Amino acid sequence: MGKKILMKGNEAIGEAAIRAGCLNYFAYPITPQSEVAEYLVKRMPEVGGVFVQGESEVAVGYMIFGASGAGARVFTTSSSPGVSLMSEAISYIAGAQCPAVFVNIIRGGPGLGGILPSQGDYFQATKGGGHGDYHMLVMAPASVQEAVEMVMLAFPLAEKYRNPVMILGDGLIGQMMEPVEFPDDLRTEPTNKDSWATSGMKSRGSTERNLVKSLYLDPTQLNDHNLNLKAKYDQMKAEEVRYEPYNTDGDYKILIVSFGTMSRVCRTAIDFLKEEGIEVGMIRPQTVFPFPDAPIRDAAVKESCKAVISIEMNMGQMVEDVERCLKGQRPVHWYGKCGGDVPTPEEIMEVIKERL
Amino acid sequence: MAKTFKKPEALSDAHTHYCPGCTHGVIHRLVAEAIDELGLRDMTVGIAPVGCAVLAYNYFTCDFQEAAHGRAPAMATGIKRVRPDLIVFTYQGDGDLASIGMGEIIHAANRGEKFTAIFVNNAVYGMTGGQMAPTTMPGQRTTTSPAGRDILDTGMPIRMAELLSTLKTPSYIARQAVLRPKYITKAKKAIKKAFQYQMENRCFTFVEVVSTCPTNWGMSPLESLEWAEKTLLPYYPLGEFKTPEQEEQDAA
Repeated sequence: MGKKILMKGNEAIGEAAIRAGCLNYFAYPITPQSEVAEYLVKRMPEVGGVFVQGESEVAVGYMIFGASGAGARVFTTSSSPGVSLMSEAISYIAGAQCPAVFVNIIRGGPGLGGILPSQGDYFQATKGGGHGDYHMLVMAPASVQEAVEMVMLAFPLAEKYRNPVMILGDGLIGQMMEPVEFPDDLRTEPTNKDSWATSGMKSRGSTERNLVKSLYLDPTQLNDHNLNLKAKYDQMKAEEVRYEPYNTDGDYKILIVSFGTMSRVCRTAIDFLKEEGIEVGMIRPQTVFPFPDAPIRDAAVKESCKAVISIEMNMGQMVEDVERCLKGQRPVHWYGKCGGDVPTPEEIMEVIKERL
Repeated sequence: MAKTFKKPEALSDAHTHYCPGCTHGVIHRLVAEAIDELGLRDMTVGIAPVGCAVLAYNYFTCDFQEAAHGRAPAMATGIKRVRPDLIVFTYQGDGDLASIGMGEIIHAANRGEKFTAIFVNNAVYGMTGGQMAPTTMPGQRTTTSPAGRDILDTGMPIRMAELLSTLKTPSYIARQAVLRPKYITKAKKAIKKAFQYQMENRCFTFVEVVSTCPTNWGMSPLESLEWAEKTLLPYYPLGEFKTPEQEEQDAA
């Protein structure tokens, strides 16, 4: 571990990528994450890295695709409307099985929406966004420190699965300053990509050319290709689920499911309620794809638990996954707000008390 | 007896899917010859477009990536920036480059990205079945301009070579054709030059190639060549619009 320093989330995310061994960054400015580019335009030259400001998020998506296809470790950061534009490329990247890391510092939507924190891109991140059958592995940090660690983990995971990985933060994660440490042990060497990347036959000492593509005109081949992709998503579900339980040892009457910034407010509400003698448990998904189905189900079916509330900074998106994994075994409620007005602990306490 | 004419090593043995009389095959060959003659095959990455040449990766034997419609210049940027030692080229049609990919080509050219764009202009969308392209001539009939292109409604055809020549950064911009052997020789020269400039680490290089589409023009291959020469060449003049040598002369 290095020493603790106070850093803004967006800058820490940029630094984390460098510390993870990613020296290639392509991006387009958008609030509330432009500080990543402003930070990396200075840092990348210091480490001999690549910084390119693309002409649009559409182009940036394909710069990422090209660079990744050529075998480089590469990432970009953006915010909701920008990620919509990159979603076309993300579909191609998943289809062509290239590793890449996308950071979405979510702002309010739909459309231009607003520039304040939101979790309104949960569907976009976990259910597609672009066209076709694909998934990203999606991690949702609840602190700047966790954002750093997730960014560093994202690169080896993207390479393990040859698939895009997304860090799903929100404006608060990007904008707030917190003490962070950059764990040295999360630095990884890029994997060998000679078997598939277009790195030039000469460089990899091969006489076989490599092809990076997502086109399969033969229906049987395309079906087989999709089955191969599905096998990877199934493997993610088996191996990559990450979550954090909070106050789940006692006899809680209500279980909260909440992620990212919102889960921190819920944690405070749970602490306040504990002082009043009310026990509330929480499961915080750290990966939202793959979703922690089993941990949520196990925590919800505890005898003391009467109901589950999904609390999100959106109009009810993750709640659909909570309902799906509970299969009607407990009533599932939703509470949320969007627009950037983050619910307060007192507000959450009221919501919980209504369900007691 | 020694072989004096053979298939370039950079071309595969695959039969192309191109229609009879289509000039993509000729342009593929010119690119492959340039790659062979410069000894670049094992360090080249090509980028296939969406359009008739979507399967170009089956016909070349170097590394290849396949782009989304219009995005080849952005992909080439990504590859070349992380691997400046590779030779990178895009191969794009007029719908791909001059319509949906206009933003990508202009900005890649303006940043001076060090790859080569081969732009095949046959004044029509081919793969989707003959719709109007930004390069379609006034009055030219297509499936989306059945009465002929109405310039009052759709504007005049875009001249990409001239448009890109207004930018300061690109090093080489040329337009040639493959309508007769005399043009083909010049097209080959331009393509090879573009790759050579890229090897010299010069900024963006671009060769537009005036081509034909007998199928979607509803003409025989021969009629297509004649029509292109008569109709396209006066509007799309051939030649070099920008060269590093000219640039140096102007600066001196």
